[in-house]
Amino acid sequence: MKIIVLLKRVPDSETKILINQEGTGIREDGVKFIINTYDEYAIEEGLLMKEKAGGDSKVTVVCMGSDEATEVIRTALAMGADDAVHIADATLSNPGPFTTASIMAKVIGDEGFDIIFCGKQAIDDDMAQVHCILAEMLDIPQVSVATAFELSDDAAKATVSRRIEGGDEKVETSLPVIVSCDKGLNDPRYASLPGIMKAKKKEIKKKSLADLGFSEVPGGGRSRVLKWLPLPKGGECRIVEAEETPDAVRELVRLLREEAKVI
Amino acid sequence: MDTCQYGGGEIDFGLSEEQKVLRHSIRDFAEKEIRPRAQELDEKEEFSIELTKKMAGLGLFGIFVPEEYGGSGMGYLSYIIAVEELARIDGSQAATVAAGNSLGTGPIYYYGGEDQKKEWLPRLCSGEILASFGLTEPDAGSDAGASKTTAELKAGEWVINGSKIFITNSTSEMAAVCTVQCITGKRPDGKKEISCILVPNGTPGFEAKKMTGKMMWRASDTGELYFDNCRVPEENLIGSRGEGFHQMLETLDNGRLAIAAMGLGGAQGAFELALRYSREREQFGAKICTFQANAFKLADMATSIEAARNLLYKACRLKDAGQPFSKEAAMSKLYCSETMGRVVDEAVQIFGGYGLMREYDIERFYRDYKLLTIGEGTSEVQRIVISRLLGCYDE
Ligand SMILES: Cc1cc2nc3c(=O)[nH]c(=O)nc-3n(C[C@H](O)[C@H](O)[C@H](O)COP(=O)(O)OP(=O)(O)OC[C@H]3O[C@@H](n4cnc5c(N)ncnc54)[C@H](O)[C@@H]3O)c2cc1C
Ligand SMILES: Cc1cc2nc3c(=O)[nH]c(=O)nc-3n(C[C@H](O)[C@H](O)[C@H](O)COP(=O)(O)OP(=O)(O)OC[C@H]3O[C@@H](n4cnc5c(N)ncnc54)[C@H](O)[C@@H]3O)c2cc1C
Repeated sequence: MKIIVLLKRVPDSETKILINQEGTGIREDGVKFIINTYDEYAIEEGLLMKEKAGGDSKVTVVCMGSDEATEVIRTALAMGADDAVHIADATLSNPGPFTTASIMAKVIGDEGFDIIFCGKQAIDDDMAQVHCILAEMLDIPQVSVATAFELSDDAAKATVSRRIEGGDEKVETSLPVIVSCDKGLNDPRYASLPGIMKAKKKEIKKKSLADLGFSEVPGGGRSRVLKWLPLPKGGECRIVEAEETPDAVRELVRLLREEAKVI
Repeated sequence: MDTCQYGGGEIDFGLSEEQKVLRHSIRDFAEKEIRPRAQELDEKEEFSIELTKKMAGLGLFGIFVPEEYGGSGMGYLSYIIAVEELARIDGSQAATVAAGNSLGTGPIYYYGGEDQKKEWLPRLCSGEILASFGLTEPDAGSDAGASKTTAELKAGEWVINGSKIFITNSTSEMAAVCTVQCITGKRPDGKKEISCILVPNGTPGFEAKKMTGKMMWRASDTGELYFDNCRVPEENLIGSRGEGFHQMLETLDNGRLAIAAMGLGGAQGAFELALRYSREREQFGAKICTFQANAFKLADMATSIEAARNLLYKACRLKDAGQPFSKEAAMSKLYCSETMGRVVDEAVQIFGGYGLMREYDIERFYRDYKLLTIGEGTSEVQRIVISRLLGCYDE
């Protein structure tokens, strides 16, 4: 069984994000980067499926990102993935989801696959689109926000649970398939020390857009990020208190009219 | 955690990818697996087999031992980073790992014969068992040469008599063997001949008794060992007769780096707790970190931690490069442990009355620090070592 796991390097959710002066990205100095949290579930599920399927099963990590992303790729390899493709190209800054999916589709098509696992969304831009577009481009079924995954004994089908409002939805899908993973799917393992040493010898194939046969950034004209802006500073909060609620409402209306001048 | 400024890029300058991946993995593990249990284990004074096995599962007990003996074959700096990250969350668990590697595995790996290595190292590295290092005696602490435990060779067996005290990892059900420092005779110059002998736990005449009532490292295993005509085969001698004192000194050089890492990691952890608390706590209508008295404390903490890290990493790099590092190891142990002392003192101060309560982790850091200026050579002994290496007492 050939399993692909999509991986993204993102700033730690606890890191304070500062936008650069031009508004084209974040200030990276002093920022801690991690594997996108949901991608950890994808890696773990890939490894579990590999262990279950046995034989010459293989987990290949596909990551698009700057040179520094080798660290998160190496972490996935240390957890147990077999090899990786790292797409790094200086012309790729802030690629939109269509661009990312176009490039990933090419890589994955070249690699071949039975299952693709990825996170349900990246915790930095929260687009949650790449896997949907990818499913369309590869013309395969897609199951999103998985909280349980079970492969049939003949490895031709899978049953996937999705947590929905008030219950679980069970979906049956044929393979090949792309599954986006949610918290609760599994407990991602930690990279062990022997795993870290083994990962040093595993192959990371580094590819530029030209290596993949693109003469320009694919899908570049569809949508692009214009600018990143910091959140407006939150205004001051005032609590209107009175013994009786109607009095408080009256006072609130007065303030909105006379002080804030919004009504 | 608000660790970005101090836990991210700056910490990692010059580190290899291996070391960065290692740091992240151990940090993640410590935060998710150790942090939720640390307070309870400390309170109950409980050595957790379960947590120790989990740490073993990550490969934390064979860090610098080569793969052929079941270890990971990493360098000393990697080892020290792992201990630092454990100590950032809990001193006791860091102690179990530091003693397991430096004192348990170290002497067998560095000085043991091929048969001894094959017998013990794979199970030690996998964390199936733990080894301990028995040097300190009731009447021989700083003055390790004053030890009285004897081993007499009789009919192909060492007959050991005496006792050891404060021995880490020596009594739990995982404790399998102790490297015991014994007097094995007299040298031609009349001085004691000191040798190290492997004594498996459970050997008749060897009793290991758990010590309780510790102020610090309460979740680590400390024992008192008694040897009463305890017999082990002659081939349990590590290296040759008379090499024990030298082996012990070198083991302590290495061990000092790990104790220093505990000081560094503990200081880092305490600092982060104080920084976070001071950003949340309000008095006089403002966050207490905005009062310069507190802000300057935090600035001083961060500065001394950076300095401590630079000193310790330098000592590790010297060792990894095969250069002399005894002086830097002693300096690191002295400086990192004393840095943690200053940091925990100010950190509790920033917590005010809450810092004195068990419910707050900082209270445990405050206690755990104190071992670091005492174990594996007190601060005074480090100053003796350093000043001797500076040539102060040369004729
Ligand atoms: C929790 C714990 C774990 C330990 N684990 C181990 C272990 O695994 N294996 C092991 O062998 N030992 C272990 N030890 C023992 C530890 O190494 C000793 O406690 C330490 O070396 C100090 O010895 P001591 O306690 O006898 O103090 P002493 O040597 O009696 O020292 C008392 C005081 O006198 C000072 N002093 C002594 N001599 C001088 C001098 N010449 N000049 C100036 N000041 C001096 C000391 O600095 C200290 O302040 C452990 C101890 C503890 C508490
Ligand atoms: C065992 C115990 C017994 C006690 N007994 C009593 C009692 O009987 N009755 C009673 O009323 N209280 C009692 N207290 C409470 C004690 O007086 C308070 O803990 C103490 O006043 C500190 O307040 P705090 O803990 O809220 O710390 P905080 O006021 O939150 O202070 C936290 C830190 O910020 C610093 N800080 C705060 N404001 C400033 C500033 N403006 N400039 C610079 N630094 C500042 C403080 O010095 C401290 O380092 C007791 C506390 C304990 C632990």
